[in-house]
Amino acid sequence: MSASTLAQHFLTGISLGGAYALIAIGYTMVYGILRLINFAHGDLFMMSGYFMIFAMASFPWFIALPVTLIGTVILGVVIEKAAYAPLRSAPRMSIMISAIGVSYLLQNLATYLFTALPKTYPEISFLKKIYKFGDLSASLVTLITPVLTIVLVFLLMQLIGHTKLGMAMRAVSKDTEASRLMGIKVNTTISMTFVIGSLLAGVGSVLYFTDRMTVYPYSGSLPGLKCFVAAVLGGIGSIPGAVIGGFLIGIVETLMVAFGYSTFSDAFTFLLLIIILLVRPTGLFGEAATDKV
Amino acid sequence: MVKKKIKLRDVILSILAAGVFCALLAYYQYDTGTSHSYAISILERSAIYAVVAVSMNLLNGFTGLFSLGQAGFMAIGAYTTGILTIPVNMRQSVYYMNGIAPWLENLHLPMIPALLLGGLFAAAAAALVGIPVLRLKSDYLAIATLGFAEIIRALLAAPMMNTITNGSFGLNNIPGFQNIFQPMAIAAVCIVLMILLINSSYGRAFKAIREDDIAAEAMGINLFRHKELAFVISSFFTGVGGGMLAIFMRSIDTKTFQVTLTYNILLIVVLGGIGSVTGSIIGSLLINGSQEWLRFLDEPTTVPVLSSLFKPGFRMVIYSILLMVVVLFWRRGIMGTNEFTWDGLFGLFRRKKKTKKAGGEA
Repeated sequence: MSASTLAQHFLTGISLGGAYALIAIGYTMVYGILRLINFAHGDLFMMSGYFMIFAMASFPWFIALPVTLIGTVILGVVIEKAAYAPLRSAPRMSIMISAIGVSYLLQNLATYLFTALPKTYPEISFLKKIYKFGDLSASLVTLITPVLTIVLVFLLMQLIGHTKLGMAMRAVSKDTEASRLMGIKVNTTISMTFVIGSLLAGVGSVLYFTDRMTVYPYSGSLPGLKCFVAAVLGGIGSIPGAVIGGFLIGIVETLMVAFGYSTFSDAFTFLLLIIILLVRPTGLFGEAATDKV
Repeated sequence: MVKKKIKLRDVILSILAAGVFCALLAYYQYDTGTSHSYAISILERSAIYAVVAVSMNLLNGFTGLFSLGQAGFMAIGAYTTGILTIPVNMRQSVYYMNGIAPWLENLHLPMIPALLLGGLFAAAAAALVGIPVLRLKSDYLAIATLGFAEIIRALLAAPMMNTITNGSFGLNNIPGFQNIFQPMAIAAVCIVLMILLINSSYGRAFKAIREDDIAAEAMGINLFRHKELAFVISSFFTGVGGGMLAIFMRSIDTKTFQVTLTYNILLIVVLGGIGSVTGSIIGSLLINGSQEWLRFLDEPTTVPVLSSLFKPGFRMVIYSILLMVVVLFWRRGIMGTNEFTWDGLFGLFRRKKKTKKAGGEA
């Protein structure tokens, strides 16, 4: 394999990784605050793909984009209010089954409403414009994805580090009871976490599906699990960790496909998960200790 | 523990119920005048899902290990059983694309040994997987086992396995059950074995681990050994269940064993009550029965308001809403952690009468 082909694959991998990183942030934030694997997050990402299809059918892209993002955020918050909030004091197994239930519901709902056949994802023409650099060629979306990811993550870090809301989030994730006693509105804070997570999943969905071209009801489940693995790899609860995990998984997956091991690329991701959990359960950047594993 | 005295009445009632059930099965089997294939397939499918649901319950409900690897272990059992029971003279046509591995070509087993072997393979896989994975807790265990199920599925479909598993083409021409009694008897044996296990000292150790693993360890229960034991035994029966599913469906491929299959079984367990064997059996009957009873939901209707609602896929939406409703509002499911008893059944009627009377007085 020549250097330029390798570089080409690398570029694709970075782009995929950027989308993964944005979704992984949603997992890591929800896990940090609720100690819950939000199984429905991947399906939220899939629903966001469908929202975009319908929004683009009636609006130009600059209106369709915010409509999609708002739709995704609303769905994310509704899921939290309906399926997770009533179970705050329930055993952890119940809330996890509830998350699986939401995932199952969204998949079946999508099959019911939009049929199981893949639907074509609308093209935003300027995103698909091809740029050439010597031997390498890349569409604008491939170039935008990593940049956008890093900008968004930077903004998010500022939000979490330097605003009142960010402080509240950190407090709730450290100790829910104590932060309630200190006058933090725990439920609002959790909802805001879902707003941010869903918003990033919406952005990730646009970037991911523009490259993939089709959406079908199960197109969120496997990427969702992979992004969770990315979050664990980076250290659950850590946002830079999730981003680096996302990029790593994206690059490794693309390279495995490029070298002809596409059957094993999914299996490899899970193998990676199991190895991390056994060798270094806190991930690359995770906070040490606590009863996670 | 005080040994409960078994009442004569209960024994007679149980024998009667079993007799009525067998008579019903015999009627379905031998009454050739009208077609009972619907009823037979519902009952067979229920029996198979009941085995898998009870084995999932053994882990999730009784040992407190939340595992989501069922589909993977079912796939192992199903493929083992399928490969070994396909008649030798059919194999060329099944493996027409890739050919069959020479050592496998004449290897043929009857149904029961094939099922056992399928279960044993699943158990062996579980034993290997369990060593690293069972150190994890709650949701991490769930996602790791889910990952393993996906790995198993990827391995079965891998091109290197083409001459053994027929890769992505799947298997067909698997001989089906000869009569309805076969799957019922196998399922009954499996479930009775699991009930015996649950009521043994091992079962009590499992429950102790579920309630409080640190306390259990302090009482001298070897945590890892018991978790591994529960995982291996549960996977054995899951494998047998998968093998039965292969025989029932007669053709399988790796798409049969996706995560959705695990979710379906989870639905049965949650609906029946996490920690109740009879609950899982009732849940399995209800879910599989409603597959047919609710079929009208997937078909167009002429009722004006509903006509836009009823179309393919609506049934599954109802199922998933049902799962959510059970989790959110009715967390104990049908049976909670109780088991079915005749006393309980009669008590149910008596209580209903009582409440009626109370309602009348007020």
